[in-house]
Amino acid sequence: MAGEIGHFALILALMLALTQSVVPMIGASRNDPALMAAGRAAATLQALFVLTAFAALAFAFVRTDFSLDVVAQHTHSTQPLIYRFAGTWGNHEGSMLLWVLILSVFGAAIALFGDNLRATFQARVLSIQGMIGTAFIVFLLFTSNPFARLSPAPIDGAELNPLLQDPGLVIHPPLLYLGYVGFSVAFAFAVAALIEGRVDAAWARWVRPWVLAAWTCLTAGIALGSFWAYYELGWGGWWFWDPVENASLMPWLMGTALLHSALVLERRGALVSWTILLGILTFSLSLIGTFLVRSGILTSVHSFAVDPRRGIFILAIIIGSTGAALALFAWRAPAMKSGALFSGVSREAGLTLNNLFLMAATAVVFLGTFYPVIMEAVSTDKISVGPPYYALTFVPIMAPLLVLVVFGPMLTWKRDALADVVARLRGPLIVTVIAFVAAVAVFGRTNVLAAAGMALAVWLVVGAGAVLIRRWRLGGGFVRSVRTTPTSTYGLVLAHAGLGVLVAGISAMTAWQSSKIVVMHPGQTLTIGREDVRLMSIREATGPNYEALIARFNFTRDGVTRPMTSERRFYPASRSQTTEAGIEKRVLGNIYVAVGEPDKTGGIVVRLYDHPLVGWIWGGAVLMALGGCASLADRRFRVGAAKAAAIPAGRLVPA
Amino acid sequence: MRGVAALVALLLAVPAFAVLPAEQLRDPALETRARAISAGIRCVVCQNQSIDDSDAPLAHDLRVIVRERLTAGATDSQAVQYLVDRYGSYVLLKPPLEPATMALWFAPLGFVGLGAVGVVLYLRRRVAGAAPPLSASDAAAADALLEDRI
Amino acid sequence: MMRALFAAPVALFAALIVFFAYGLTQDPSHIPSILIDKPLPRFDLPGLDAASPGFGSAAFGSPIARGEPKLLNVFASWCAACPQEHPMLGRIAAEGTPLFGLDWKDQPDAAKTWLAQLGNPYARIASDPGARTGIDLGVTGVPETFVVDGRGRVRYKQIGPITVDDWEKTLKPMLVRLRNEA
Repeated sequence: MAGEIGHFALILALMLALTQSVVPMIGASRNDPALMAAGRAAATLQALFVLTAFAALAFAFVRTDFSLDVVAQHTHSTQPLIYRFAGTWGNHEGSMLLWVLILSVFGAAIALFGDNLRATFQARVLSIQGMIGTAFIVFLLFTSNPFARLSPAPIDGAELNPLLQDPGLVIHPPLLYLGYVGFSVAFAFAVAALIEGRVDAAWARWVRPWVLAAWTCLTAGIALGSFWAYYELGWGGWWFWDPVENASLMPWLMGTALLHSALVLERRGALVSWTILLGILTFSLSLIGTFLVRSGILTSVHSFAVDPRRGIFILAIIIGSTGAALALFAWRAPAMKSGALFSGVSREAGLTLNNLFLMAATAVVFLGTFYPVIMEAVSTDKISVGPPYYALTFVPIMAPLLVLVVFGPMLTWKRDALADVVARLRGPLIVTVIAFVAAVAVFGRTNVLAAAGMALAVWLVVGAGAVLIRRWRLGGGFVRSVRTTPTSTYGLVLAHAGLGVLVAGISAMTAWQSSKIVVMHPGQTLTIGREDVRLMSIREATGPNYEALIARFNFTRDGVTRPMTSERRFYPASRSQTTEAGIEKRVLGNIYVAVGEPDKTGGIVVRLYDHPLVGWIWGGAVLMALGGCASLADRRFRVGAAKAAAIPAGRLVPA
Repeated sequence: MRGVAALVALLLAVPAFAVLPAEQLRDPALETRARAISAGIRCVVCQNQSIDDSDAPLAHDLRVIVRERLTAGATDSQAVQYLVDRYGSYVLLKPPLEPATMALWFAPLGFVGLGAVGVVLYLRRRVAGAAPPLSASDAAAADALLEDRI
Repeated sequence: MMRALFAAPVALFAALIVFFAYGLTQDPSHIPSILIDKPLPRFDLPGLDAASPGFGSAAFGSPIARGEPKLLNVFASWCAACPQEHPMLGRIAAEGTPLFGLDWKDQPDAAKTWLAQLGNPYARIASDPGARTGIDLGVTGVPETFVVDGRGRVRYKQIGPITVDDWEKTLKPMLVRLRNEA
């Protein structure tokens, strides 16, 4: 029953999406309020029906309705409730439905909360949202139907991959999709602007909250994915440059560029074409990421079951959206007037450089990810691109950018003098140099790169603080300055400082992690870092859908002892194994223990790791996401730009 | 007790865990080299893991071979070449520098270079006309106003 | 000039799509054999027991001592997909193509039992429990089949079970061609 309701709701949603694609576009060109209102209604209704379809699927999963093929393949009667629910999106069809749900909800949000937008513009944006939604619902219904029936229904299903039976599955995909799909709004805004033939400061102000929201969610989603891999996969890795990880990093990098480019557009009316292009490219990278995961073009830890037919369909969607948008860009963008002039040393120039570096970094990740695909078309030799490549190419591009980050907020608009900026940054410069020298002294000359990384981290954090200090000095007192500082300035400070914390974590982990792998017997003690680890016992246990071998340890440091366990779990339904690591979390680093196989003498393989500052990687990312939230909370965005008066085409609204 | 034995048997029956203690060489210098080499060799039957990290039986075999080669006196590059001779360049996590991968290795430099040229050209078109510099107090007041509008 | 710059993204995109479309037709997990057109690596392995002799690379001919093209099939008793392929191997052997079997990472006794159950299509069988020869051949899993020409050179590697299509469309014509080679 739930399957039928869901299926029907999805078909209805398709019709509404079609309506939403066509009607408001006509309404905008004819300036017909009724048609434009119909577009808004269609968007809202579409979201409701997709939500119904999604709820139906979730219901089927929770109730283990094995008459649905996708439920039978991804859930089991012994699976805990929360993972039956989250299993709704732990597969290709369901996750695609989640994608469509978020797309339609964003469309409804534009319809319901976009009162500050010019009506014709809002209508065009909704139309483009609708077109994307139509394409994906057709994709769902014809190649990836979540409501496909399995007859006869099996008695029990195949289990959800045990690696996915984790709280991470509940939060990570939804956050990621909020990010990926959130950028579709910027895409729609960009294409609508190209159709209208003009972009002004109001456009930049309208688009910013949507980009911020998507960016914040994507930041949190990627951080969560990294953290999940760290504790779940059993060897303490946090980033593998896996194609699917890259597929999330690329929209993030481009989205960061978009965010900052829109800033210049809003403030000074410059970087018009560049910002529009970034708006198109960010979502296009989300689409290409979808293509990557679901088409079987590359193998990856994250691949869903591959089907080239789906790949062809998604490729067609990409051609229709990105291709059309870029063609429109080639045709219309040259005519769009860009205004303000600025000097080679100015905040605009700094943000232009920011764009350059981020786009180059994105291009490098793209090249590394897709080079094997390109190469197999031109050569018989097959190569693969792994982490060493990115270490040699991505890092050298990001490093200068990270230095620039501190200069950016300190530069004045339009024109500035290099000497003055340096003078403003005297404090951070001195602190950073001291930090670098201290790091080299403490950690030795063999670790110069790591010391540079730590110095860079200090530079970023102190530089962020310098923004606030400068405001206090200019603003006539600490208290007054705190009161008058816009929330988005705190957002900037949090985000840039968070970046510094992230860099510190990465530097420390890359340079100073260590491991020991031995067979241990109960009663033995091993030391790693400053931690003494004693294996106390090895016991078996049974979980709801698994059997486990549990090793109990005592971790002792500075006279304080704490218990820790690590498990090796066997899931009979899918005949697979996982390792549950025991992690001692400290501010300055983790001690990570993962057990392996028992041997025949009553011992067990134990892998011990010292992970310095690893928590700072995700802590930094969380700070960045908080910065995004703070910027979003800025009253000026919620009050919104005043409704733009009729402006003759081609004239700019000066910032 | 029988339960533990059964579980042990079950666990032993499934593929070995990545780098086992039994595989490790006694000579710490050789072992360090072996670990470093293994970290750069792709596990060809896994999805994006090195043989150092992977649980797969083939990864175990290749780890053992790397250690055998090193113990037999091979240099790091000879040990790596032994595997490349059998499995191809695909097995290297760091793509080799050869004609087909020139684009891969030099394009990043190209991106930055092209981008820099583009930025310079763009900035030159945007350079502001000569405006008289502000006095210090005016500059501070302007700063304060502008800062307010971030 | 500036207009051309605006057209660059869509042009690059078009090129990218071509590569993606081509990539969809390829199997990313398929690693081409590096041994193609190279001589079979030297090996000499025992059989499954004292009674049956194994074989070595010499059995496949050399540039000086030409022989017949042969198939080298890598299998194991624990291999899940090998029973699928077994009837096909029987047919190949019946049609007269010499079929040599390499028992990879396996216990000889387990292999003997398995062959007794499913039938033995092989002219000769070699046992490689340590998997060393397999690694020299670049084997990544089972089943895999090598086409070796009369001069001992590897000409083709089939990954996965041999289906009827693989035999009729690829392997059989290839063997005919190799037999007629000078």
